[in-house]
Amino acid sequence: MTTTTTRKRPLDGLRNATHGMGDRFHALPKWQRGLTFLAFVAFLYYLPLLGIPGLTWLRTDSIEGGNNWAGVLFICAVYVLIAIGLNVVIGLAGLLDLGYVGFFAVGAYSVALFGSTQSPVVQALQNRFDMPQGWAVAWAICIPIAIALTLISGVILGWPTLRLRGDYLAIVTLGFGEIIRIVVRNVEWSGGPAGVAGIPGPEGPPSSDNTVFGLIDAKPWYWLALTSVLVLVFAVRRLENSRVGRAWLAVREDEDAAAVMGVYPFKFKLWAFAIGAALGGVSGALFASRQGFIEPNQFNAQLSILFVAMVVVGGAGNMAGVALGAFLLAYLPERFRDFAEWRFFAFGLALVLVMLLRPQGLIPSRRRARELKDRAEEVPASV
Amino acid sequence: MNFDELFGHLGQHTVDGLAKGSIYALVALGYTLVYGVLRLINFAHAEVFMVGTFTIVGVWSLMGATDSPPLGTLILLLVAGLLAAAAASGLTAVAVERIAYRRLRRMNAPPLIFLITAIGLSLVMSEAFGLWQGRLVVGMPTVLERRVVFSIAGTDVTNTQLLTVVAALIMMAGLDMFINRTRYGRGVRAVAQNPDTAALMGVNKDRVIALIFLLGGLLAGAAALLWAVRYGNTKFNVGFILGLKAFTAAVLGGIGNLRGALLGGLLLGVVEVYAATLTSSNWEDVAAFVVLVVVLLFRPTGLLGESLGRARA
Repeated sequence: MTTTTTRKRPLDGLRNATHGMGDRFHALPKWQRGLTFLAFVAFLYYLPLLGIPGLTWLRTDSIEGGNNWAGVLFICAVYVLIAIGLNVVIGLAGLLDLGYVGFFAVGAYSVALFGSTQSPVVQALQNRFDMPQGWAVAWAICIPIAIALTLISGVILGWPTLRLRGDYLAIVTLGFGEIIRIVVRNVEWSGGPAGVAGIPGPEGPPSSDNTVFGLIDAKPWYWLALTSVLVLVFAVRRLENSRVGRAWLAVREDEDAAAVMGVYPFKFKLWAFAIGAALGGVSGALFASRQGFIEPNQFNAQLSILFVAMVVVGGAGNMAGVALGAFLLAYLPERFRDFAEWRFFAFGLALVLVMLLRPQGLIPSRRRARELKDRAEEVPASV
Repeated sequence: MNFDELFGHLGQHTVDGLAKGSIYALVALGYTLVYGVLRLINFAHAEVFMVGTFTIVGVWSLMGATDSPPLGTLILLLVAGLLAAAAASGLTAVAVERIAYRRLRRMNAPPLIFLITAIGLSLVMSEAFGLWQGRLVVGMPTVLERRVVFSIAGTDVTNTQLLTVVAALIMMAGLDMFINRTRYGRGVRAVAQNPDTAALMGVNKDRVIALIFLLGGLLAGAAALLWAVRYGNTKFNVGFILGLKAFTAAVLGGIGNLRGALLGGLLLGVVEVYAATLTSSNWEDVAAFVVLVVVLLFRPTGLLGESLGRARA
């Protein structure tokens, strides 16, 4: 890597090291790469059973002196899923969405409102169609409903706002996230500020009779989330290398040029928004199923900002990067629960330092890193 | 929907909305100044305001402020609070620029990176105050007891409302004069219009940028004083929602446009108070954002358009 600026930057060593690693990995024959990947996946599935000293030492507040390593891994997997969805919007299409928590909430509430016997929606349906008391929509049907509803809400939000310029989009989406939370808190059919309990998992409503997806053991939940992550990573990867992915790239780099080349920017931006939203919906649905209970204030604007931070710190546009960012930002606050008072302070400090020293993210996308370098070289002499 | 209450006391709610909106407008100016010159959202501006409110808590408790002091002491408290808060907020804003932005500006980094450092820094600041001052609401003495000064056609105007609106208008007019009439203001407009050309004409860009951060900080400090007089309390995360609203106000009026920030702030305040009256305050935030979306749909650059430096320069 030759830069025109001769000034030695901190973290240059790290940058070269990670870059070299990526290059070496890409230079391997295909079967070796596949094998490495399979080994990594196997490791991920085995992770909750591994007691790596230092890494797994997690205190949880629910169990005195307890260890909830698998539960934390589940949260990490959900956050990785969120980061991958948001990466489609921010990293691939270049749209700054500060209201992603809104889609997360729509997904979570879809499962809660259709799946829980305690939700006002299910009770209304029971009365309307003369269903028995214990009836609710099955979990396996709730998930497609969640995906469909988030997809629709993505289109509803995107339709009027995607014609706006980037910065306006940021504030409007931030507003959207807040609106979802406030609406859910204030209307009656969503359970209001008290939230919804009794959200089902794959085995039905939460109870101690559930053999696999129980309340205590989080390992099956982690495996479920990990499987969804892998499937969706594969899907997004296919999308990224397709015509749609190239269109996103073109729109991100220069909207006007893309339009001249016959790529209709609005259409592809809307696609990115809707697909990103649907992924957020899936993660919200998983989250709600595991929690068994959700309430509106879990979906605040700070969470949205955390999501954006995951993507940007990890390296927008690179799926491995955003996954790493999500893992770190979900895991570190849990790991350092003992320093509960200080952890968000440290988190903020880490955000500033990482961005100042490594603005392209921890594992940058090659193209993004190149763009950043180009921009740095364009700096006029006056600055 | 409580239409009777709203239309029965329309004047009253409008005055209250204007007072609320004045604080939004002062904070919005900080966003608009930075955006007008640098084209980036200074997310940490909310915390600049928060530092101002805590400075007032400190200064007032040092001076032994009590509830409703005599007039002489009151004026002294207000002036001391204003000076201290403006100084603290101004310095914080300049420090934010030095720490979070300058290095990235040199690299010509994309706006997203600025946003993340600003978010990080604002987290650091609010958490630092949360650790230092506790996470509960910090009260202040009610130095200015609410009292009706005069009534026009059945609309009562209280002293705090009057102080808030008048102070905000004076400061706004002062800033407008500064930007449009002085040598420094010309520099700011020049850099906003075209940084490279301004540099060729001998404008020191770094100094201008420090200046706009300082100005934004001073106004946020003034807003902090008005906040202290109006609400009489603060909290480590007081800036978050206020910053969000102020930024909304700036966008509503046309970001980068000083008069737009005033208009947007006042409008937002009035809309919120109306919505709060109609729906017993559950929906005021929704109303604010809905108005924003509707305005942006029909006027994508805000009510008055984006213009710092572009107009009459």
